[in-house]
Amino acid sequence: MNRHRSLYISIAVVVIGSIYILRLFQIQVLDDSYKNTAERISLRKQTIYPQRGLIFDRENKLVVFNEPVYDLMVSVPIRLGGIDTNSFCGVLDIDRPEFDTRLAKAKKSSYRGKAVFMKNVSNRLYARMQERLYEFKGLFFEIRRDRNYKYNSSAHVLGYLGEVSKNELGTQEDDYYEQGDYVGKKGIERYYEDELRGVKGEKYFYVDIHGVNKGSYKEGKLDIEAIDGHNLGLSIDIDLQQYGESLLNNKMGSVVAIEPKTGEVLALISSPFYNPANFNIQNRGSYYNRAIQDPTKPIFNRAVSAPYPPGSTFKPIMALIGLEDGAITPATHFGCPGYFRLGRRTIKCHPHPFSTSLERSIASSCNTYYCNTFKNMMQSDKYANTEEAYISWRSYLESFGLGNKLGVDISSEFRGWLKEPSFYDQMHGKGRWSYANIISLSFGQGELGLTPIQIANLAACIANRGYYYTPHVVRQIENVDAIPEEFRTKHFTKVSAKNFDAVIAGMLAVTQNGTGAGVAIKGINIGGKTGTVQNPHGKNHSAYMAFAPVEDPKIAIAVVVEEAGYGATWAAPIAHLMIEHYLQADSVTESSKMYLETRLKEANLIPLKYRSQRDTSLYGN
Amino acid sequence: METRSRIDILSLFLYFAIAIIGIASVYSATYEDGSMNLLDGRSGKQIMWFGASLFVGIIIFFLNANFFEVFSWYFYVPLMLLLVVVLFIGADINGARSWIKIGSFSIQPSEFAKYGAAFAVSSVLSSIDFSFNKRYDVIKLFAVIAFPAILIVIQGDTGSALVFASFILVFYREGLTPLLLVLGIVAIFIFVLTLVIGFSYFAITALVLFLVFTAFTYTNKKMLIPSLSILAVVVLFSLSVQFLFNNVLQKHQQKRIQVTLNLIEDNQGAGYNVNQSKIAIGSGGFAGKGFLNGSHTKGNFIPEQTTDFIFCTIGEEGGWLLSTLTITLFMLFILRLLYLASRAKKKFKRIFILSLASIFFFHLLVNVGMTIGLMPVIGIPLPLISYGGSSILAFGIFIFTALKMDASRDEDLTSES
Repeated sequence: MNRHRSLYISIAVVVIGSIYILRLFQIQVLDDSYKNTAERISLRKQTIYPQRGLIFDRENKLVVFNEPVYDLMVSVPIRLGGIDTNSFCGVLDIDRPEFDTRLAKAKKSSYRGKAVFMKNVSNRLYARMQERLYEFKGLFFEIRRDRNYKYNSSAHVLGYLGEVSKNELGTQEDDYYEQGDYVGKKGIERYYEDELRGVKGEKYFYVDIHGVNKGSYKEGKLDIEAIDGHNLGLSIDIDLQQYGESLLNNKMGSVVAIEPKTGEVLALISSPFYNPANFNIQNRGSYYNRAIQDPTKPIFNRAVSAPYPPGSTFKPIMALIGLEDGAITPATHFGCPGYFRLGRRTIKCHPHPFSTSLERSIASSCNTYYCNTFKNMMQSDKYANTEEAYISWRSYLESFGLGNKLGVDISSEFRGWLKEPSFYDQMHGKGRWSYANIISLSFGQGELGLTPIQIANLAACIANRGYYYTPHVVRQIENVDAIPEEFRTKHFTKVSAKNFDAVIAGMLAVTQNGTGAGVAIKGINIGGKTGTVQNPHGKNHSAYMAFAPVEDPKIAIAVVVEEAGYGATWAAPIAHLMIEHYLQADSVTESSKMYLETRLKEANLIPLKYRSQRDTSLYGN
Repeated sequence: METRSRIDILSLFLYFAIAIIGIASVYSATYEDGSMNLLDGRSGKQIMWFGASLFVGIIIFFLNANFFEVFSWYFYVPLMLLLVVVLFIGADINGARSWIKIGSFSIQPSEFAKYGAAFAVSSVLSSIDFSFNKRYDVIKLFAVIAFPAILIVIQGDTGSALVFASFILVFYREGLTPLLLVLGIVAIFIFVLTLVIGFSYFAITALVLFLVFTAFTYTNKKMLIPSLSILAVVVLFSLSVQFLFNNVLQKHQQKRIQVTLNLIEDNQGAGYNVNQSKIAIGSGGFAGKGFLNGSHTKGNFIPEQTTDFIFCTIGEEGGWLLSTLTITLFMLFILRLLYLASRAKKKFKRIFILSLASIFFFHLLVNVGMTIGLMPVIGIPLPLISYGGSSILAFGIFIFTALKMDASRDEDLTSES
């Protein structure tokens, strides 16, 4: 009987062994879920961030480069137990409660996957931590690239990066961004985001229970190399830009300089400005709030966003429209008694000889001349009524790039103010308004708002005698044959080339014996037009528009200095110095020029009401 | 009469085959890229312990086979004393006081206690006047295994204590009524059922079955009393299971059992080991990820990777093929031992070899069973594979003693049954 029992025991051994082998067959061969689970647990994908494209200036000087930022990450927050908390806190220079808060936060954001423990760790801390990282299993650094800058300059052109927002994440089409990624928020960083960002890479590897890398997956066959972003070449001349910034220091205003033949922006300044390095990822946190509280609005890009009435700088355009439309001829004279009578009221002019030609009207900035021109046009037989005439006038202006966004390659451009006729219908009643109601438009006041870049573009149109290219600040994109089509297309104005001669002659006269003659530059023929813009909120804005040299224009420029006074006092000399600097950079040796330069650089034209609240540290460091 | 003294080559081959799989697995489980040598770390120690086993094995082969039978109590008593001693001087590791530290080594007496118990059991069972019908003999028999088992429970190592249950298989082979085995299986059945459906439902079900049974056999009055008492015993047992489970077992032990029965899913807590273990083995697929390539093994996701859960490494890196090979080698080894037992001429030797086969079988059943989720987590090693000097050495000595007994079987003139 007992021998049978031996057999039974043997059978039991074989049966149990077979059950186990079958069970193993089931979980190892038939069931795939364990394989997937194993990979989910121990396989990690790491994103390799590409180098963002570098940015160079017109002369190929490096302007913007990348600087690594280190985020201290914890691989698996719930498994961060095996470290010596005391020495870890010691290295990081935090106390225990802070450690606990940070870990709790990491756990909350991701239970099993990686989470941020400390963002933007300083270089010093990174170096110290890196040395001892082997002691702290499950912690690692994720390296991202922040921007840094060779020059404390051009902040408004360059813009800045920021973490991608929920909204941006939700609306993206190509699923490029993940939470925490950096994306261009302003300036060309935003406009050229697709060119600058490059292509992310991927790396697959196994991790252990603490999240420590245990070797690559399939010998790296699935890994993807990151491709760096395209470098950009600016049309900005960083030297001219910095020079202009020094002239605009302690002023509110803007300078835009354009190369008329190409539409390339040579300088684009909005003042007050800030140090772009203060607005990179690492620093913006501490500067941003101070910047928005500053009443001089240093973040606001006046050059493309601030609408100013052009004032008298508008007169050359009025002349061009009058000539083209037949309201005047180059020989037209209007008498100016010092005012323009409009029923019971008068529009004041300023002292100049009684009879005014077209040329002299520009040179001496005669209001009466343009009131008459505008009146002629608005009352012309060509048009059935004032509204029709106004629509025609408006369409001339649109052909000069006014009333709409120019389409520059910097974010937050404003289209300015150029009212539809319906605006006046609403104000005065349909058909119940005439030239008298809108007469101030003729000398650049009233319901008219031009951004500095639009004014500069007007100067470029005149310099080109009737066309412009959309102004742009990037002239080269690495590995791309050409800049976007829209910057290579000529836009013609509705004013024919022949009508420009008289106006240009007038603008030349401005700097020779007109309102801008006092700050003329020897050896350069500049066509200019001063403007003193009435400002209901304070002192007049000082404005100026110019191009040079008249015979072969290489630079067109607009300058606005807020609440500064006469155009000829501030805006004109700034424009002239910049023209000279750009055209013959080393000729400012004359003592009178030196004096002028010093006077401009040192003048503080910030209105008194703002001075105490200004935060000058934004420009520092 | 000519006596032959030849070691069983097949057993020896299986011993080495399993040992090599063990060393390779321990090496792989502790391997770190680039820097590890086979002779370093745990795999090196594992090899050393096998060396020690062989050394002791050779000494054993120089001894007279009768020495073991004559001096069997000299093995049992000192080893039991060690179990007592460890309670006083033992080092506390993982909540169990089952290790004696000697210099840089730690010895686990419970591993050697199985060897000692095999001597005592063989001695008691093989004594000429032993009978399973004599109450005193049976009590004595159970006492020699209960004594170490209880001491080991006191140490806090329930798993190792349970191993002594494997002797019941030996008793069965030697004439113990199978009723005990049947009762054991029924008891496990009631135990499981009580935990799954709860005592109340179990009691109601039992009562309904009893009523149905009685209704069919109401003519036979003789059936009533036995069936009624069976009902009472079953219900009382179920009730005590419920009570013991809730009040005697510790929380983690309750959870382990509940996880095994799929009563709760707790992949982070009590079920973590088993879940990770199944993932590691399951991800091995048909042919495995290759030697040293087990990502789950490498990642230290499984606690007790080199000891209790060493089978994960085999399953992950060797896949179903190596798992099957390993289990097959174990089965062949156990079957071969059973064969060696059956060809022994002396009862003492037969029982001793049988004890080894039973213990081996129990370890395989429980250890592999728990890694693939068929058994609750009971921390006992996979013999000759799991890392651990005491286990390797104790099993080595055990095996070589058994093989020596087999090798010298021709010296035994009489055949006892």
